[in-house]
Amino acid sequence: MSDYEPLKFYVPEPTGRPGDEPDFTKLIIPDAGSARKPAIDCRPQEIKDLATTIIRVMNRDGEAVGPWAEGIDDDVLLDGLKAMIRTRAFDERMMTLQRQGKTSFYMKCTGEEAIAIAHKLAQTKGDMNFPTYRQQGLLLATDYPMEDMINQILSNEKDPLKGRQLPILYSARSHDYFTVSGNLGTQFIHAVGWAMASAIKGDTKIASAWIGDGSTAENDFHSALVNASVYKPPVVFNIVNNQWAISSFRGIAGGDEATFAERAHGYDIPSLRVDGNDFLAVYAVSRWAIERARRGFGPVLIEWVTYRVAPHSTSDDPSKYRPKEESTAWPLGDPILRLKNHLIARGLWSEERHAQAESEYDEEVRVATKEAESHGVMGAGSSPKDMFEAVFEELPPHLREQRQKMGV
Amino acid sequence: MPQMSMIEAIRDAMDVKMAEDDNVVVFGEDVGYFGGVFRCTHGLQDKYGKNRVFDSPINESGIVGAAIGMAAYGLRPCVEIQFADYIYPAYDQIVSEAARLRYRSGEQFTAPITIRTPVGGGIFGGQTHSQSPESLFTHVAGVKSVIPSNPYDAKGLLIAAMEDPDPVIVFEPKRLYNGPFDGHHDRPASNWSKHPLGDVPEGHYTVEIGKASTFREGKAVTILTYGTMVYVAEAAVKETGIDAEIIDLRSLLPLDVDAIVESVKKTGRCMVLHEATQTSGFGAELAAQVQERCFYHLESPVVRVAGYDTPYPHAQEWDYFPGPARVGRELKAMMEAV
Ligand SMILES: Cc1ncc(C[n+]2csc(CCOP(=O)(O)OP(=O)(O)O)c2C)c(N)n1
Ligand SMILES: [Mg+2]
Repeated sequence: MSDYEPLKFYVPEPTGRPGDEPDFTKLIIPDAGSARKPAIDCRPQEIKDLATTIIRVMNRDGEAVGPWAEGIDDDVLLDGLKAMIRTRAFDERMMTLQRQGKTSFYMKCTGEEAIAIAHKLAQTKGDMNFPTYRQQGLLLATDYPMEDMINQILSNEKDPLKGRQLPILYSARSHDYFTVSGNLGTQFIHAVGWAMASAIKGDTKIASAWIGDGSTAENDFHSALVNASVYKPPVVFNIVNNQWAISSFRGIAGGDEATFAERAHGYDIPSLRVDGNDFLAVYAVSRWAIERARRGFGPVLIEWVTYRVAPHSTSDDPSKYRPKEESTAWPLGDPILRLKNHLIARGLWSEERHAQAESEYDEEVRVATKEAESHGVMGAGSSPKDMFEAVFEELPPHLREQRQKMGV
Repeated sequence: MPQMSMIEAIRDAMDVKMAEDDNVVVFGEDVGYFGGVFRCTHGLQDKYGKNRVFDSPINESGIVGAAIGMAAYGLRPCVEIQFADYIYPAYDQIVSEAARLRYRSGEQFTAPITIRTPVGGGIFGGQTHSQSPESLFTHVAGVKSVIPSNPYDAKGLLIAAMEDPDPVIVFEPKRLYNGPFDGHHDRPASNWSKHPLGDVPEGHYTVEIGKASTFREGKAVTILTYGTMVYVAEAAVKETGIDAEIIDLRSLLPLDVDAIVESVKKTGRCMVLHEATQTSGFGAELAAQVQERCFYHLESPVVRVAGYDTPYPHAQEWDYFPGPARVGRELKAMMEAV
């Protein structure tokens, strides 16, 4: 007779579902300033501990502490705060447009603003981003015309993508923003290829790859890591761990007991796990990783620990699958509020300036929206002719025939 | 008889099979606790437990690959790919593995898996929520493809697929989930509760894989179609007054060649109609079958009406979608041809 118990099938579960109290006791949050800052050329094995901690800079009193706090310009912080306020104002207004039936679809990045924005501010012109749909901050931190983003969302006659692409899947080569794919994860390996090209050509450009916690399950994530491991190109891997992938918690992507950052270890890629709601930490670690890549020390992986405060998209209702109060219970707080408090404590900002900035950006978005709406909403103004263009550089005969038959 | 939407009918099919057969397991992205983004598996985890209904990592090749391993062991997995537009990472597992396990192993290992996936346009979903990739699968030896156009067929075909000894892909036209759709996007949506094909018997029944149905009898021309286009064809027929016979293929592979031949020989004309892009689309196979088997009965060339050969656009959806106006125009032109 066998002395083995029958096996049991294991399916991980989140700590709470609707009706439960939010429970983040599993998330161990080290003190700000406690994580060390390694040498720029450290070997991956030397910093394995940084993949299981959470690198944090701002303490409870809003002070910047520890080795990662050093050498950050005040201007970067002020620019970052403004870009975050701008992004939040943008998200709110676009959400309204969707409810008014002017666009079919929208996705907010509420609570995650610091990540894209601080990272962008740590980059140099020419460093290419391979974003997901939730890195609008990469554009809103720049001078990319807000109205063009809205034109794209409305699929109107001024849509830079000519109505061909789903709202928010922008493309902005001029602003180092790779065309966003609706197919999850594919961009991760593109970033590696881009970085390999930079090395092959002997340039000094780096690539930043972006992916969500859930999407790290896709094969392309693993393709990216193995290729980066082999060729050591200048690429920074950003995993935005916002705890949820639609209704699936991070454990369904294998991120419950092990951290996402730890995955890099098997590939001999250095990795760091960071408080994604701490603007200073995001900036400092991004700057370190980008510098390391640009100096030729190879790829770096960063797990940004954050929380998806918003619904997945305008088609989603999170109250169906997670505790109602979970987002307010999130222990790492709100990135805007935290940076605001830090700057106020240092005398660089005030409640009045904050309120003023909020209304200025609201107004900017309102004006841009109005202008964009005048060029059409919900696909109006797009041309059927554009449907046939850009499939290939030159219209092949069969498409020419189809277009002619359609009469456009 | 209970009235069901296509979503409810699909859910009911899985429910019936899960109750009958402990070997049936259901998984995919968001299908467990939440019950799927289209709610097709809603309530199944509660009823059958996490051992049998669970969430998958966002890894389509893993979903199909794991299903193959389970099926080889003896389970009967029915998996969901959230949108057919996301099935491509699983293509290798379907084409090189599921479709060939039986053949290459001397039938020692087989892959009786069911892959459910929403297809087709009409929801303003842009290029990643609208595609119709069926011909990429009908081209593959060893995998069956079916596509229901109503709740009754959806339940019957899904049960048949889940009982089939070989891999079956069930393409679910998402625009039909809640009601029939004739391509008139600017008119109020109708739902299945008022439609005779929303009558869905309780319990077990099957719709045989490989059998077409005559959706509308007619004498003037045969329209070979499937999925959402069945209703578009119906609207075009009403609007043009052309007495077309509409054949709802239901099963693309195997194909009900007899039904096709019988109808085309009767009418002497044939249109093939699908949403998918035209070039190398399933319509090409249909046109070839008709040419081979009915050539001497044809009074005019076989006409294909299909999606244009572009990626599925977002804003231009209603220019792209082969709606009743376009189908009607082509029908008239066909009838005028000598
Ligand atoms: C290949 C592929 N599979 C499935 C989907 C459907 N889908 C869109 S977003 C999403 C969840 C992604 O979660 P995560 O990567 O954590 O990113 P987040 O939305 O949290 O930013 C899913 C399953 C898709 N777009 N592409
Ligand atoms: Mg996520």
